Amino acid sequence: MTNLNNIKATNDFVIRFANINGSGSASANNLFAKSVFRLGIPVSAKNIFPSNIQGLPTWFEVRVSEKGYLGRREGYDFIVATNGQTLVRDYNELSAGGYFFYDSSRLLPETLKRNDITEIGIPLTDICNKHYSDPRLRQIFKNIIYVGALAYLFDMDFTVFEDSIKSQFAKKAKLIEPNIKALKLGYDYAQEHYTDDCQLNIHRRDLVGDKIMMEGNTATGLGAVYAGVTVAGWYPITPSTSVIEAFEMYCRKFRVDEETGKNKFAIVQAEDELAAIGIVIGAAWNGARSFTATSGPGVSLMSEFLGLAYFAEIPAFLVDIQRSGPSTGMPTRTQQSDIFAAAYASHGDTKHVLLFPSNPKECFEMTVQGLDLTERLQTPVIMMSDLDLGMNVHLSDPIDWDDSHAYDRGKVLDYDGLEAKKERWGRYLDVDGDGIPYRTIPGAHPKKGAFFTRGSSHDEYAVYTEDGKVYAEGMQRLLVKWDTAKSIVPQASIKNNNKDIGIVYYGTSSYAAKEADDILKQQNIELDKMRIKAFPFGKEVEDFVNSHSTVFVIEQNRDAQMKSLLVNELQVDPNNFIGILNIDGMPITAQFIADEIRHNLGNNETLKVVK
Amino acid sequence: MSYLRSNFRHPDAKVNDIGFTKRDYEGALSTLCAGCGHDSISAAIVDSYFEMNIEPHKVAKISGIGCSSKTPTYFLGKAHGFNSVHGRMPSVATGANMANRDLQYIGISGDGDTASIGMGQFAHIVRRNLNIIYIVMNNGCYGLTKGQDSATSDIGSASKKGVPNQFASIDLCQMALQLGAGYVARSFSGDKKQLGPLIKGAIEHKGFAFIDVISPCVTFNNTPSSTKGYEYVRDHLDATGTIDFVPHRQELTIKQPEGTSKEVELHDGSKLILQKNRHDYNLASKREAMNVIETVKEEQQILTGLIYLNEESQDAHAKINSVENPLNSLSKDDLCPGSSVLDALNEGFR
Repeated sequence: MTNLNNIKATNDFVIRFANINGSGSASANNLFAKSVFRLGIPVSAKNIFPSNIQGLPTWFEVRVSEKGYLGRREGYDFIVATNGQTLVRDYNELSAGGYFFYDSSRLLPETLKRNDITEIGIPLTDICNKHYSDPRLRQIFKNIIYVGALAYLFDMDFTVFEDSIKSQFAKKAKLIEPNIKALKLGYDYAQEHYTDDCQLNIHRRDLVGDKIMMEGNTATGLGAVYAGVTVAGWYPITPSTSVIEAFEMYCRKFRVDEETGKNKFAIVQAEDELAAIGIVIGAAWNGARSFTATSGPGVSLMSEFLGLAYFAEIPAFLVDIQRSGPSTGMPTRTQQSDIFAAAYASHGDTKHVLLFPSNPKECFEMTVQGLDLTERLQTPVIMMSDLDLGMNVHLSDPIDWDDSHAYDRGKVLDYDGLEAKKERWGRYLDVDGDGIPYRTIPGAHPKKGAFFTRGSSHDEYAVYTEDGKVYAEGMQRLLVKWDTAKSIVPQASIKNNNKDIGIVYYGTSSYAAKEADDILKQQNIELDKMRIKAFPFGKEVEDFVNSHSTVFVIEQNRDAQMKSLLVNELQVDPNNFIGILNIDGMPITAQFIADEIRHNLGNNETLKVVK
Repeated sequence: MSYLRSNFRHPDAKVNDIGFTKRDYEGALSTLCAGCGHDSISAAIVDSYFEMNIEPHKVAKISGIGCSSKTPTYFLGKAHGFNSVHGRMPSVATGANMANRDLQYIGISGDGDTASIGMGQFAHIVRRNLNIIYIVMNNGCYGLTKGQDSATSDIGSASKKGVPNQFASIDLCQMALQLGAGYVARSFSGDKKQLGPLIKGAIEHKGFAFIDVISPCVTFNNTPSSTKGYEYVRDHLDATGTIDFVPHRQELTIKQPEGTSKEVELHDGSKLILQKNRHDYNLASKREAMNVIETVKEEQQILTGLIYLNEESQDAHAKINSVENPLNSLSKDDLCPGSSVLDALNEGFR
């Protein structure tokens, strides 16, 4: 089939793999994405998987971008269709001029007739059946064969794949040769039958420097090890489970006492999320660094305990890997929709410190920072990651660690501290004026420093009280602490060139927001930019909002939760905000953001569009 | 208030072997109702820790919510306490224990706190075999919300409201047994002679020690028609045998007629001396213990005393193979891999 308008591109296109869940396709697809990375080209990979272990459709999208755009891009230039269940859909969703790669062991249904695409049929099943007799190997190598074929079709340096296989199976050497053989089977077949059919190329560049490809959850688990976490309580929930798995893996690597073989960590799989956060709070109360990871439903269950930790002023670090809600929602799709649930978790007047990482390196750093902050502030700190960041590999700067970093254990009076104290110590006495009192750890001193921690109202000496004035003073003092928090949480990163219009974004919306800014710039729409990194908001956030007549808040939720949080917490005009909201569970795209902003600017005469 | 305590302390007040007076083991004045069984349990806890020569500040007291969960304020005032969330004491205790295995832990809960809202957490702290004493102050009702039936209320038992309970009662000792507790006992707040040795035995037991203490609610559930009132409980007690606790190093001075008593040695060499009675069975047999509970129940009696003891079980720290030093004492040098391994780590992601 020949097409006049074949898509032609080098190092700038999107390929979608359509697979069956549980068929081993993920590792083959990752091998492909990793190979692009090893050819020195920025790449992003999104695993679009079902809530299922085996059998349901799953997709994997790889965006190759020489320009370094790492957000998801709509439109598929090349589809590898190996799943009969979704064949028709995949066929129809391919962009005009695109390439449809399928297993030609079976003919395509006659109903599938497009003359604006190129069909590339490779008989994956037949090749497998011919070369392998073990049914399991046939399934696994079918995936490797199509990767081999892609290597030819995209004119990729084959040695990269060979090297990848060699390093992947360094410890299982006997698997190297059969994998390379499978790659070659695909490569050779494509070379013979589709010599010049594909106009998409992936050619070696030197654009990734010392960057790494890492999942946010892996970075978070590693961060917890570096931050000195010793106790983790957790309950399995997608997409947070791999945080604890990574924590355990690195603990087993770095935290087993060489002499005794005993563990310098305790990981407790709890009976539910209530218990998980209870374990975290109990351990933190008793002087150990602790953490848990969960997702939206878990945050709901933890809310009562978070109120206790807020009011009784106990450190608690938790990681929320957000997914699509409400309720079970779309548990394997991404969203940024727990902002309210986390910021104001629990009954009564409560608010919590939030951190918003945007890439794996920040997941690592904010985990370390979060554990310092929670002990410094004696209040819960929640790191708001999401499924996209947590469970997909992302191109990221390498992990960095400064050996001179000392853990900030906050205001703790130990034996000597209690001995040296002349005046009466009060657990909730604000002696420094920053709203943060001094705490003691159980067992520190035989005579001094013991107190009764409670979620019921207490005076400055931790004594139960129902005196409304004393209660109110305590609650007001927590606001003093909240103000202190504003000055020590990460500041927003701002690019302000005195334009009229600003965009605000956070977390994984950042990739697409930056790209949208470039798209709009080409259309002479210039925007100032602010990436929020933490809650409570610092003065810089309020200043940015107030210095723009229109502020677009880019989010992946329905109700513009961050926008509402800004309106609620700052002295700003609510009419100046416009939400750019994506809620389909797929990572937000730059084109969507750019279109929405342009649409809003075009339709609103009151807006002063810059040029 | 139950009683007003004088500040006066006799200058010659008895000190224990480590130099503390009884006063050092007391707490704030109780604000529970006069005659509340819980105050007797608090008193037994004070006596037990005093006599066991345990430094008060080396104990952590953790509770849930309810009348029972208020009591940690009333004993061991020199120890840190944590009045947590309703039904969630077990998870807080688990975290605390993971952080520092060197402290002693006493968890205080009630029948509502454990058998209803906290049933899930109760089941799992037992399974973990956390090294803790878990005391349920069991009065068969919700005192703090004015006397609703709890899940340990017996079928047909009627509290002050006069409506007999229709629903099956939960026997927490049987649950603890089934879930693998190493030390299971039941007592009565009105029987200090029995409760004291049981608490001491629990202190010495390494692993999960459960004591269900029937503790009448004088205000809402002390009626003639209640099976958790003083009168009914006194009339229906059936002990596994009288019990004495003999600390290690102390010479055995209790003289028992030959063949009527048996000794159970605890892990540190202390002994529990049990007077045999009609319930002479193998305390280390779960099956026999379960059988005796059911048999006594069929006779409309309440089995008290030490019901089950297994000194062989591994506690949670042994199960997860954690280091001997408390985790909260480890420094950055112990915990942080540092920059030297980063090159290799990063390379693994390229």
